Amino acid sequence: MVGDVQADRVVPPTGFTARLTVLAAAAMAFLAVFALALSLATGRLAERWSSALTGSATIRITAPEDQMEAQVAAVLRLLETTPGIGTARLIGRNEQEALLTPWFGPDLPLDTLPLPALIEITEEGRGYDPEGLRARLAGEAPGAVLDDHSRWRAPLVRAASRLRALGLFSMLLITATTALIITLATSAALAANAQVIRVLRLVGAQDAYIAGAFMRRYTARAFTGALAGTILGALAIRLLPAGAREGSDGFLTGLGFAGTDWLLLPLIPLLAALVAFLATRATSLATLKERS
Amino acid sequence: MIELQDVTHGYGASPLLAGVSLSLAPGSFHFLTGPSGAGKTTLIKLCYGELIAGQGRVSLFGQDAATMSRDDIALARRRIGVVHQDCQFIDHLTVAENVALPVVVSGRPTRQIEKDLDDLLGWVGLSAHRSALPPELSGGERQRAALARAVIMSPEVILADEPTGNIDWEMSLRLLTLLVELNRMGKTVLIATHDLNLIRQAKKQVAARVLRIANRQLLAAGAEL
Ligand SMILES: Nc1ncnc2c1ncn2[C@@H]1O[C@H](COP(=O)(O)OP(=O)(O)OP(=O)(O)O)[C@@H](O)[C@H]1O
Ligand SMILES: [Mg+2]
Repeated sequence: MVGDVQADRVVPPTGFTARLTVLAAAAMAFLAVFALALSLATGRLAERWSSALTGSATIRITAPEDQMEAQVAAVLRLLETTPGIGTARLIGRNEQEALLTPWFGPDLPLDTLPLPALIEITEEGRGYDPEGLRARLAGEAPGAVLDDHSRWRAPLVRAASRLRALGLFSMLLITATTALIITLATSAALAANAQVIRVLRLVGAQDAYIAGAFMRRYTARAFTGALAGTILGALAIRLLPAGAREGSDGFLTGLGFAGTDWLLLPLIPLLAALVAFLATRATSLATLKERS
Repeated sequence: MIELQDVTHGYGASPLLAGVSLSLAPGSFHFLTGPSGAGKTTLIKLCYGELIAGQGRVSLFGQDAATMSRDDIALARRRIGVVHQDCQFIDHLTVAENVALPVVVSGRPTRQIEKDLDDLLGWVGLSAHRSALPPELSGGERQRAALARAVIMSPEVILADEPTGNIDWEMSLRLLTLLVELNRMGKTVLIATHDLNLIRQAKKQVAARVLRIANRQLLAAGAEL
């Protein structure tokens, strides 16, 4: 009945600060789940969109057969003098046929079809100015059309990256707030338990023992609270309306955890426990020193 | 063991104790008397490092209390069992847990002392109250629990501040007998008390020195005892 469990009983198991700590840790963990989901989702989005961006744009030239060669040459010449264009390559007829075969089958006599000429361009440096290029193309080769469908995403990629940074920053704030709350709760508990500390001192307890008793209590409380908060947060994300998780490209597509992302969740209560451990340790040792 | 050399200490402007010297040699038995407010409790607090002397030197097991760290003082306290005048319990722990506390904080597994704890609680007549909380005890029961806690570590020195203040004569004699027995085993004992009958009774069993605080000084008591 006086087992070694008693070591932890010296700090009263109940009280205002106990509930405060559990609740605060739960709330912070809940928020952390969303901040994490936001960071991961926007991270995935930014990655997907920016990889689409680095893909090349194409210039498609449709012209009567007798003008084709001249227009292609004009476009290639023009591209050479356009700043921001890395490479420009005319896609050969064989290559075009190879691209089309899967769609139309090998039997279609492609060589008899009037195929447009395709020029694949890649960007270089800070990229080209699509409006300027379009204007020049219109002047030099009326049959040329710039197809840069992925460029409109550039601001979105920036926004997604920014959102991801904000998500990570929120996690930092949540961690700091957790540390702050636990520090306050520990200070309050140390003040409320002055008599307990006094008696422990009188019977020969060293600082490390007294601080340890508070540290174990608060680490356990922070862990329990954060575990509950994480589970609730994860459930809330699981239960997001299905529409928000399907579809292909919308912002809400990815707001959730995919595959191995779930493995990050257990880190939240562990991090909360670590933060509580460090905050309680610093607070209690400082307080014990002060009140010698 | 514990030595006070030329100690002067007080709480305000005028000192309560002036130039007091005391040596608690191993195996000695002391009584400390004096009128209420004379400074008995203050003297005892100096002896276990709760108070640090304003002037003079207090040495605990050879170390100067004034220069000891908190943790060193804690280690010294494990060798000194104290019955505090106001008992000093942790109110949300049971009597048994409070009595075992010195063992728990010293990091020793309490399993080893289960039997000692039972014997001790039986000896001070608190077996039936072992699961009670301190606020539920009577004054005398609290003092008996405090005595049990003071001796559970089998300390080298026992300082008891009015241990029989709220206890009937019969129980007082039993506690005295326990302390005398511990003294025969080589422990150093100091008891602060107003109870002259207790002192007379003790003198029949043990060679006790009786000290008296009067006019800020510590004097050997007269032959009236
Ligand atoms: N922490 C303190 N601050 C200020 N004065 C104190 C403090 N502790 C004790 N005193 C004063 O010092 C004097 C001596 O107190 P102490 O407790 O040592 O007396 P005592 O001899 O033990 O008395 P009693 O027999 O009543 O227990 C008292 O006048 C008391 O008011
Ligand atoms: Mg007193």
